Amino acid sequence: MADNVKPRVKAPRKASAGETVTIKTLISHPMESGQRKDADGNTIPRSIINRFTCEFNGETVVDVTMEPAISTNPYFEFEAVIPDAGDMVFTWYDDDGSVYEETKSIALG
Amino acid sequence: MTMTRRSVMVMGAGALVAFGLPMRASAAAEDAIAEFTGGADMGSEGLTLTAPEIAENGNTVPIEVDAPGAEAILVLAMGNPTPGVAEFKFGPLAGSHSASTRIRLAGTQDVVAIAKMKDGSFVKASSNVKVTIGGCGG
Amino acid sequence: MKKTALITALLGAGAITAGMAWAEPVEDTLIINEETELTTWTDAPAAVEGALPEVISGWHFRGTETRAMQADDFDNPGMIFVEQAMDAWDTVEGEAGKSCASCHGDAGDSMKGVRAVYPKWNEDAGEVRTLEMQVNACRTENMEAEPLKYTGTEMTSMLALISSVSRGMPVNVATDGPVAETWEAGKELYYTRTGQLELSCANCHEDNYGRMIRADHLSQGQINGFPVYRLKNTKLNGVHARFKGCVRDTRAETYKPGSPEFVALELYVASRGNGLSVEGPSVRN
Repeated sequence: MADNVKPRVKAPRKASAGETVTIKTLISHPMESGQRKDADGNTIPRSIINRFTCEFNGETVVDVTMEPAISTNPYFEFEAVIPDAGDMVFTWYDDDGSVYEETKSIALG
Repeated sequence: MTMTRRSVMVMGAGALVAFGLPMRASAAAEDAIAEFTGGADMGSEGLTLTAPEIAENGNTVPIEVDAPGAEAILVLAMGNPTPGVAEFKFGPLAGSHSASTRIRLAGTQDVVAIAKMKDGSFVKASSNVKVTIGGCGG
Repeated sequence: MKKTALITALLGAGAITAGMAWAEPVEDTLIINEETELTTWTDAPAAVEGALPEVISGWHFRGTETRAMQADDFDNPGMIFVEQAMDAWDTVEGEAGKSCASCHGDAGDSMKGVRAVYPKWNEDAGEVRTLEMQVNACRTENMEAEPLKYTGTEMTSMLALISSVSRGMPVNVATDGPVAETWEAGKELYYTRTGQLELSCANCHEDNYGRMIRADHLSQGQINGFPVYRLKNTKLNGVHARFKGCVRDTRAETYKPGSPEFVALELYVASRGNGLSVEGPSVRN
């Protein structure tokens, strides 16, 4: 697991049924591209987050396949429909097998 | 600062050198498109790709894709060593078929987005992004 | 400004084809999270009287997307490191069994205003201290913990946290009294040409701000936005690391981060921005 990986998510605490809300996510990760060389001229091996998903009550909002061209500290902004109260689960999948997860509860109101 | 004719010319010339020649699309990019579309024809209406005309730094270039009714949107950086950037698949709870992210561009080049629509058709949008090279290593 | 902005816009229309995108600092207002308006362009403080007509934050010299990234704490990647420092703030380290919070409580309350007045004189130590020096003095003397690397991630993250709670407050470093000698030494360095290129700080940041150096838009070199999240290296950068980069670019042997020379230079450069808001962590290219 890369050092100091920390997910951040911005989602509303409340929404009305059927409302479309804006979600922002950011996770601290070097996204080592596999294209860089170290001081000795050796290629630094690729180590990235290769997939990001957002689900609400088990249903998919977005599922993103990520390539090395996604910048360090990957950022996504997208919209979700909130049909009901529930949990929004965000998951990032690392090349090294690590999985980082964050959950935000959204109430109706 | 006063802008003399000379300083404008000098800056213009410097900028041309800095931007250099646009990078060429690679065979890998063509392959990625073929794989995504199955070789289908691509329309040009219904997909908006927003990217800066000039990026201050190729390491962090904000882009947005928006294709109402799309199932998935593929984003490619045609001049990168590996052209893949991301593929957004939209689920039943997507509030719109749009997304923003920040990407790396190895140099001035075309960023291409291709949307797969629900009816199986494909739409392509392209945007040229000039990537500047800073004067100071810092 | 209005007139020059118009001229720039007219020139810009023709110049895009030649690749020139911007030259003058951009007229814009920095409002963080749609609530805190920062002072990013103001009257020249005493330290630059006669040298600069106005002082301008580096924010005005950056592109539209970069400026926008700093206006929202979620979009600002520097804030990730502020959150990491919040965890460190509460973490007990060292022989004394203390965390920062043990003495200072909530950083949002206790650290408010601190960034704005550093570097400052420390009476007990009889020296001018940068904020990094003060953090390490706290760690070694009160926590009995190891000092942090001067330009390391843990240090710049902690400085980002301390700066973030002072955003919007005016930079107000003292230049007289016990610090006067150090301030003079810093001023001397600012105007001294170094390296094979024989450039002083002033040659770029006082004589030529607003102009392009290759494709970079030269700013006034203000440090009110530090630590800075740079798109170039995608991490937070401290003041002395930036000084080092600048001096190296003149093709000179550089001073070391934390050295008396850079402490003096930081004090002087900070005073050139007295009146600008604390902005750190800012976003630059």
